[in-house]
Amino acid sequence: MNIVVCVKQVPDTWAERKLKQGDATLDRESVDGLINELDEYAIEEALQIKEAHEGEVTVLTMGPQKASESIRKALSMGADKAVHLIDDALAGSDVLQTSYALAKVLENIGFDLIVLGAESTDARMGSMAAMLAERLSVPQLSLASKVEINGTAIKVNRQSEDGYWQVEAQLPAVISVVEKINEPRYPSFKGIMAAKKKPMQVMSCADAGIDTSLVGLANAATEVVDFTERPPRQAGTIVKDEGDGGNKAAEFLVTQKFI
Amino acid sequence: MIGFQLEPEHEELRKTVAAFAREVVAPVIGDYYERDAFPYPVIAGMGQLGLFGLPFPEACGGMGGDTFALGVALEELARVDSSVAITLEAAVCLGAMPLYLYGTEKQRMSWLPDLCSGARLAAFGLTEPGGGTDIPGGIRTRARPEKGPVNGPANGPANGPAKEDGKAGGEWVIDGSKAFITNAGTDITSLVTVLAITGNADGRHKELSSIIVPAGTPGLTVGQRYSKVGWCASDTRELSFADCRVPQDHLLGERGRGYAQFLRILDEGRVAIAALATGLAQGCVDESLRYAAEREAFGRHIGQFQAIRFTIANMEARAHTARLAWYDAAARMLAGQPVKKAAAIAKLTASDAAMANARDATQIFGGYGFMNESPVGRFYRDAKILEIGEGTSEVQRMIIARELGLEDQAPPLTRRH
Repeated sequence: MNIVVCVKQVPDTWAERKLKQGDATLDRESVDGLINELDEYAIEEALQIKEAHEGEVTVLTMGPQKASESIRKALSMGADKAVHLIDDALAGSDVLQTSYALAKVLENIGFDLIVLGAESTDARMGSMAAMLAERLSVPQLSLASKVEINGTAIKVNRQSEDGYWQVEAQLPAVISVVEKINEPRYPSFKGIMAAKKKPMQVMSCADAGIDTSLVGLANAATEVVDFTERPPRQAGTIVKDEGDGGNKAAEFLVTQKFI
Repeated sequence: MIGFQLEPEHEELRKTVAAFAREVVAPVIGDYYERDAFPYPVIAGMGQLGLFGLPFPEACGGMGGDTFALGVALEELARVDSSVAITLEAAVCLGAMPLYLYGTEKQRMSWLPDLCSGARLAAFGLTEPGGGTDIPGGIRTRARPEKGPVNGPANGPANGPAKEDGKAGGEWVIDGSKAFITNAGTDITSLVTVLAITGNADGRHKELSSIIVPAGTPGLTVGQRYSKVGWCASDTRELSFADCRVPQDHLLGERGRGYAQFLRILDEGRVAIAALATGLAQGCVDESLRYAAEREAFGRHIGQFQAIRFTIANMEARAHTARLAWYDAAARMLAGQPVKKAAAIAKLTASDAAMANARDATQIFGGYGFMNESPVGRFYRDAKILEIGEGTSEVQRMIIARELGLEDQAPPLTRRH
């Protein structure tokens, strides 16, 4: 089975994240990047599927040179090869354009199953699975907390707040996973060493047949018009309990419309 | 030369082990420590990461890494907890390494794969109740060959090479005891390599050899776990041997070379202990930085007081120096250069740094630092042994002085008239 995992390099969630003045895109230079956390679950699931059913796991990412760090992490965990879509023309692409570009690459390299993390920690759109499925005309099974594959049939527990749906489809398909699905492995040193020797294909827009007039900030369908930086945290109010602490707490909650 | 920089794969290993230490070790280790219990699930996780096979080639089940890989792993583990770090250090440097360096192909292949995967642990039985540093003087444990074609003990000139000792039918019969042996009594211990007197070659000097004793061999009694000041989640035992018999092919390396073997093992082990001590020293900085930004006194964060800032600055300087010292020793070792002095300097410097930083960090934490449940309290308890184990600080100074050409035990100067 040919499994492709799409991963994204995101700013470290522990660091202060900022938008750039001017074009209002994410400032990726000033903070350390790392692989999007849910994508590690996607890689783990792909590896488990491969281990159970045989096949090959390809990692696909779109992003600047630094994004190769995320590729290396995925290869260290055990993915077999990688494709890095890198082109200046792609800078500032929104989710619609990104799904177009990734779909082009996926058509190029072929797939039986595409595995994604349910959302990224930076943009948090959570819509990539749906967009890829639409563009590639394959079923999507999103928010998976369990995956079962039997021949060309794929069965997924689709997680919701109240429980889960059981949904089924035929491969090829796109799935997105939630963190409940597994426990991602740590890369072993052997894996880290082996990653250096695994094939990594670098693709440009031209290589993938991507029309550059459709991608990039200037051609995006959505635009961040304005943004305001988060105001510094205000000092809280200290209420002294003089036997009436309970009432005061309740009064506060009323002012905040909690009760 | 522009500073010391690790290879990218070592940096990746550092990140991985740091994440493992933070996510897997830190949340649970305090509880094991309190209960003096061995953290089997954590050790299994370290095995899955491949840490126990780091410096060994893939042919015997290892990861194909080197001393830097092992040192980086030890440093990152000890930043969070020393018990699991010393379990790894002893398993690799004292348990598996002698088998790798001195074992026959058969011995390597029968023991190393399980040790490299972390499924089993090995121990090295050197220290005795009556001798550590002065093992040639203090050693009492004896192994006599029986029923084999080998000359008995105290039977004249040096005995033949190892292959003669391996002839079928013969046995080594071991009597004696060993003290403070790490990893000797876990459920997954596979063997102890025991240093024993195997003869008295020239009638004056003891002939010392290493012998592999599989766990569970009749006549080997594993004592209760010691109640230790620190390293409480690691396994340390006293072992006693009474008519303990192993086949003669369990001799490790050449007969009579036991002393030389363990000197080399200890030289290399010192680099690893220095890395571990560096980790503890850095862990003290990590914790102190966190606490200095969080704890308030007299209306400000304590990190704004010069007393705290200067203390933490000193701690960082010590940790940094310790790291440079072990990097230097490891680089020399890998380049095949003499490493005795550099390894002794690294061990001395890093254990000093660990001890001083643990004391300072505990002071910064005040009463909380004196609580067993705080990481800093554990650092304080774990630091002292670093000045003792695998060669005391005095031994390191002895080695450095000797390497400088300063003789020990020179005859006293006599005044001439």
